Amino acid sequence: MQKHGFSIKIEGVAQDFGAFAALRNVSLEIKPGELVALLGPSGSGKTTLLRVIAGLNAPDRGRVLFDQEDATYLPVQDRKVGMVFQNYALFKHMTVADNIAYGLKVRPRRYRPSKTEITRRVEELLRFVQLEGLGSRFPGQLSGGQRQRVALARALAIEPRVLLLDEPFGALDARVRKDLRRWLREVHQKTGLTTIFVTHDQDEAMELADRVVVLNEGRIEQIGTPEELYDRPASSFVISFVGEAVALPVTVADGHVNFAGRELHIDTHGLPSGAAKVFFRPADITVASKGNGEIEGRVESIRRTPAGVRATIAIEGYDQTLEIDSPIDQAASLGEKIPLSFTKARVFPADVPDFDDIADGI
Amino acid sequence: MSDILISPALKKTSLRLCGATEDSAFARKLLIFVALLFLLLFLFAPLVVVFIEATRKGLPAFLASFHETDALAAIRLTLIVAAISVPANLIFGLAAAWAIAKFSFPGKSLLITLIDLPFSVSPVVSGLVYLLVFGAQGLCGKWFSAQGIQIIFAVPGIVLATIFVTFPFVARELIPLMQEQGTVEEEAALTLGASGLRTFWTVTIPNIKWGLLYGVLLCNARAMGEFGAVSVVSGHVRGLTNTIPLQVEILYNEYNSVAAFAMAVLLASLALVTLGLKTFLEWKYADALSGRSRRH
Amino acid sequence: MINLSVDRQNAWRFRAPSVIPGFGITFGYTLLYLSLIVLFPLATLLWRSSELGFGGLYAVASEPRVAAALRTTFSLSFAAAFIDLIFGLIVAWVLTRYEFPGRRLFDAFVDLPFALPTAVAGISLAALYAPNGWFGAYLAEIGVKVAFTRLGILVALIFIGLPFVVRTVQPIIAELEIELEEASATLGAWRLQTILFVLLPPLVPALLTGFALAFARAIGEYGSVIFIAGNIAYISEIAPLLIVVKLEQYDFAGATAIASIMLAISFIALLVINLIQAWSRKRFGHV
Repeated sequence: MQKHGFSIKIEGVAQDFGAFAALRNVSLEIKPGELVALLGPSGSGKTTLLRVIAGLNAPDRGRVLFDQEDATYLPVQDRKVGMVFQNYALFKHMTVADNIAYGLKVRPRRYRPSKTEITRRVEELLRFVQLEGLGSRFPGQLSGGQRQRVALARALAIEPRVLLLDEPFGALDARVRKDLRRWLREVHQKTGLTTIFVTHDQDEAMELADRVVVLNEGRIEQIGTPEELYDRPASSFVISFVGEAVALPVTVADGHVNFAGRELHIDTHGLPSGAAKVFFRPADITVASKGNGEIEGRVESIRRTPAGVRATIAIEGYDQTLEIDSPIDQAASLGEKIPLSFTKARVFPADVPDFDDIADGI
Repeated sequence: MSDILISPALKKTSLRLCGATEDSAFARKLLIFVALLFLLLFLFAPLVVVFIEATRKGLPAFLASFHETDALAAIRLTLIVAAISVPANLIFGLAAAWAIAKFSFPGKSLLITLIDLPFSVSPVVSGLVYLLVFGAQGLCGKWFSAQGIQIIFAVPGIVLATIFVTFPFVARELIPLMQEQGTVEEEAALTLGASGLRTFWTVTIPNIKWGLLYGVLLCNARAMGEFGAVSVVSGHVRGLTNTIPLQVEILYNEYNSVAAFAMAVLLASLALVTLGLKTFLEWKYADALSGRSRRH
Repeated sequence: MINLSVDRQNAWRFRAPSVIPGFGITFGYTLLYLSLIVLFPLATLLWRSSELGFGGLYAVASEPRVAAALRTTFSLSFAAAFIDLIFGLIVAWVLTRYEFPGRRLFDAFVDLPFALPTAVAGISLAALYAPNGWFGAYLAEIGVKVAFTRLGILVALIFIGLPFVVRTVQPIIAELEIELEEASATLGAWRLQTILFVLLPPLVPALLTGFALAFARAIGEYGSVIFIAGNIAYISEIAPLLIVVKLEQYDFAGATAIASIMLAISFIALLVINLIQAWSRKRFGHV
């Protein structure tokens, strides 16, 4: 197995499908051997971007470079990308071994390895994906997790320059998923291949990837490590999509944030005056001492969750309730008015989709 | 899950990459040309010729063909035969589909195979078997002729042969469709207090009506157009036991080409209407017909 | 008492228990109607041919005229089904995979041979290919005679068999996932390799089924053939026509013998189709 990854550079890539802009001016650089997740909701353009890199779509504008070489119009057959499709796209009429050998068998005669060499490579790959002895089975006789490993072995057989995976765990049940995540991480470490995978599952992206690219409506919202995304989200979309977030409508005036006639002590990061929204994590709010709260709310219900206690709070001057994680003492506080203050919160302009809209779109 | 929106437009871009998942423009054009030429020469031309040959000597000659008493008798007999055989096979189709689709019992697939059997029997053989049963030397033939009832070389024989060749049409549309729909809705209606018959009319029939119509349509087309089986049992008595297809044959063999094709126009028009309705049903009610998948 | 009720629950039943009414009457009617209309007449044929015995069947089959007709029927049916296989695949592919004006119309027209009565097809094909017909005139110029020859029979059999191949293959082509082709391309295969190694193999069971259906239909075909065939004994006479000829001569035994042979071939074709489908279901998970 080669221990070498290619760098990938995407410059101003755009693609329209009729009136629908799947990608709008996307630029991205991926370092050799990196493991990158493309994260976003349906229709965010993440799969289109993966297909552009694979050479299955030609972008309307922009360039794709593999190690400085312009590959934008390089035919998919010559790209040497190892692609694992969402439903694996295994050839049902071929055995597992024939599936894996396919990429070697279709090479022009000059570059085709000998029959014995192909057999040897197939055996090696079967061992690598822990499917020894299953080479003569048909894909229909395998479990979902096994099929995925066959698809991966088939992609690795051509010694790809990059490994691309489209929703690699989408078709599997939750239990198998967890195991395969760890295993994919191992595969990435062993092969050293530049690996890009598409997912709509933030947990998957955060757990696996070195860096995560968050896409929304064909644009990159943020590129960063999982920690950066969680701790320093660049937009209201990112804070809502990556992890849980609660939003409150506020107004910003001269660097001050106002909610229902009260000032909240939050840094506006130079946000211009106007309507805005405060976003915070359910855990980033505490009960303040009397008179020191930034907002006031009445506790409507409290329930246990696996992680702690979740409270539903009706906020004064706001017609919706908020869900927060809280250290509130249940018996004492139900129905009571309590002062609350933020430990961490961010303000973003209000002219972006609401959290609920985003949640619906997932 | 993700980016479903893009699939219809993929073609455009793939084409520019040339050869990922699309055939080259030249190959496409060549294949389309070959396929359409084949369809035009082998399917379309025979249809067009019917109309052209029928009007070769002008419209009056064409219309005059329908004033012959033999022609009118053939049309009447064809309608009578269809009016008996189609409802007969419709009732059978409903009964068979109900028994097969709504219940589970051993030997079901054998039963389905037996129902499909007439499709794999040559039309001539279909006629022959009735000749063997009801003919002068046949088992039942003797008994019936003793009662003064003639079956072979008479209308009953024609009806029986037609029922035989159109036997599976309704049943084979309904069985897969009703199997797919299962029994949940009927069970729901029964728990709500509906009687069995009421459940059938208010729950089952609305669910299968388009499939039913589809089957009846094909059954009728075949019933009116059957030639081989009917030819064997009819005896070709002019004005009495000739259906339209048999009349076509007689006129054609008498070198009365215009009249033969005029009668053929009736059948070709019926075929066109059938094809049109069939296509419309498939297009409009694809889901309601889905049990039909991969059958013809 | 208790034992009795348990026994009743465990007793073997012909059908699985169900609250839905009407099994008895519909099942009974189905069996009765099927027996009267289909099984009894076919059984009569088998009984009559068993009276002839194997020797009798063989004697009829080896009459030179019968042998010639059977040979004609089988060889031409095979050839027609084969031509339908090739062009049916192309037509199915074009109608399923390509967009072009009139696609829907052409798709609807594929069923014409199912809908057009065979006698009508017969006389119109005869008119087309007669020496003074549209096609016949041109073909005559290059010295090809179609009407009233074996070639004419072939044309008619191609006509009636085509939809069987197209309609069997079409849904399988529609089901081929585009990802399979994309996967093949990313693995380095060029278009022709993808077609040969990835797209065609899953179509093989459907193609074989379509071939068998077209072949079985062609063997029994009568109406569309007799007008164009010329029906010259030993040359362009088909087996179904010979049955009619025998009947006209009141040779019921001869007609029965030929019919039994044809019936046997139809059933073998049916069996082969079922075997193909069972194999395909096992191997690919679909028919």
